[in-house]
Amino acid sequence: MQIISKENQSLLKEMVRTDFKLRYQSSVLGYVWSLLKPLLLFGVLYLVFTRFLRFGGSPIGLLLGIVMWNFFVEATMTSAAAIVSKGDLIRKIKIPKYLIIVSSTVSAFINFLLGLVVVFIFIILFGSGLGWSTLLLPLIIVELYVFVLGVSYYLSALYVRFRDVTYIWEVVLQLGFFITPILYPVSLLVETVGEGMVLKLFMLNPMAQMIQDARAMLIDSETIQTYDVVNSPWYLIPIIIVILSLIIGWVYFKKQSPDFAENI
Amino acid sequence: MSKEQSSKPAIKVTSVSKDFVLPHEKQSSVKQSLINLKSGRTKEVQHALKDISFEVKKGEFFGIVGRNGSGKSTLLKILAGIYRSTEGAVTVNGSLVPFIELGVGFNPELSGRDNIFLNGALLGFSREEIGEMYDDIVGFAELERFMDQKLKNYSSGMQVRLAFSIAIKAQSDILLIDEVLAVGDADFQRKCFEYFRSLKKDKKTVVLVTHDMSAIREYCDRALLINDSVVEAVGSAEEIATKYNRLFESDHSEDKVVEISETRHGNKMLAFSKPNHVEALRQEDQSLVIKIVVTANKKVEDPNFGISIKDAGDNYICGTNTRLKNIHFGTLEKGRIINLEWELPNIFHDGKHYINIAAVDLSESVQYDWWDEASSFIVYKDEKTPFIVTPNIILETKQS
Repeated sequence: MQIISKENQSLLKEMVRTDFKLRYQSSVLGYVWSLLKPLLLFGVLYLVFTRFLRFGGSPIGLLLGIVMWNFFVEATMTSAAAIVSKGDLIRKIKIPKYLIIVSSTVSAFINFLLGLVVVFIFIILFGSGLGWSTLLLPLIIVELYVFVLGVSYYLSALYVRFRDVTYIWEVVLQLGFFITPILYPVSLLVETVGEGMVLKLFMLNPMAQMIQDARAMLIDSETIQTYDVVNSPWYLIPIIIVILSLIIGWVYFKKQSPDFAENI
Repeated sequence: MSKEQSSKPAIKVTSVSKDFVLPHEKQSSVKQSLINLKSGRTKEVQHALKDISFEVKKGEFFGIVGRNGSGKSTLLKILAGIYRSTEGAVTVNGSLVPFIELGVGFNPELSGRDNIFLNGALLGFSREEIGEMYDDIVGFAELERFMDQKLKNYSSGMQVRLAFSIAIKAQSDILLIDEVLAVGDADFQRKCFEYFRSLKKDKKTVVLVTHDMSAIREYCDRALLINDSVVEAVGSAEEIATKYNRLFESDHSEDKVVEISETRHGNKMLAFSKPNHVEALRQEDQSLVIKIVVTANKKVEDPNFGISIKDAGDNYICGTNTRLKNIHFGTLEKGRIINLEWELPNIFHDGKHYINIAAVDLSESVQYDWWDEASSFIVYKDEKTPFIVTPNIILETKQS
């Protein structure tokens, strides 16, 4: 399986390496921040929403949701600006442009995997232990990465033409954070909006589907998943959205990339 | 089959055109583009290249020359695959490495060591390959002690040295070299020219973009002259270099512009022709001969003509003028032509030097034609002293 040529592979490795070296430059804790950041965010949200506001739901489920959502935010935000910030390179050397996006998403992906390790440690220490369904998790990870890649391709190419993309995207992400069941369990959502159309729309959000599936696989098989709420075949919609995002993102990126050098 | 392949040109350019669409107000926000949807966009199409066709043969040292803004850099970027041509096609047979700039991708926050690996990866090397030639690169750049320091703590000279040391490791069939390579101090320039010579010896296909006609004459087999976005001529290096210089002459007779170029200004009452091409000085006893032709476009009283020589480090080495030599021309009628021939002993140090020429009035308050870096020449000396001049000092030793 040689999707990326050997030369490009070593270039990709070098770019990811550089990215990691630069990320926590001259910070005392360095790479530890990759783990500490989601944990601290978890601490804050856990105190406010689970303890004080009594939203319910499992704390480890909250941490898992944060780790997955954080990956999505980090990868898409850095990728959106990646082409423009590598403009110097693009204007002076012929470089496969898609590598820039792959490298920025891979950097975030490595962080994500580190975060998942923490989640696993929590599950083993404080949770009910890992079941066989854990083996299905790679499917969700692949789906999440495909989604991230598709969105990143699209945003980065769009950003070359319109610099407002990142501002708009920030707002979209903020909205996404609240309409995705990260802070609150879906059971709370059911209490509030009932089991009608609104709930179904909430659950067709690919991020909701992925986070709920991952929670069901790792933490609690009783977690309400998309197919519990939406009828066949409509529960496939999130996956179709994910696949479409990659196709649209890739096609748009491919169409724009030959002109990046002069448009940046 | 193999015969057929070797006869294929390394680069074939077929009627390539490049237009840049320049919106009058750059729309880089959604709001602006929404507003402009209603009012209609205004834009301007700039034809950077028009119908360019030529071929570069395998193993050829090919020069591309042209004035600033003639389109030669755009052409280079199209050859390198950085820009997409609007029309036409570029066929490249073999791997190609462009040096539009040295040290592409250098990151000031990384150590010199990390930068070598990053820059090497951009040139197509794997980590192992760079590991193998690492000592070589560092040794050539003479930066052994600095490799663990961040690049931002390097002087610019050190950065260029490092970048150049990596660049010359590039293994590819075709090299595209922009003139920016030839910046830096005399020592560095010598290294560059040595590199060019080794490329020529190895029969590499090289495309060199430059303003420096002495480099064209010395290294190129053939060259292309590009002017106002079109191919003016393709031919032997000598032919193209002459045509290039003539391009400037035709400009000078226009007698309008006060600032002719960055390095030349004057009121044009007297105008120089481009000085003769000076051969590289390789022998101690070889003298430097500069021939200058001045044409009087208007009647001029008591002109004073001077030359000065400076090195690549902007050190003025020597010079003189007709007033100091007690030569007086009196009144020059319009249309008069004066030939001046200067002969200087070879006191120069190893490296590139520039010739500045000037025509002023006796008080030097009126500048008819002041031309810095009108010509250049290269000096090769085995004795490499750190001094501004290196005359032939005779040394005799006796031991007892």
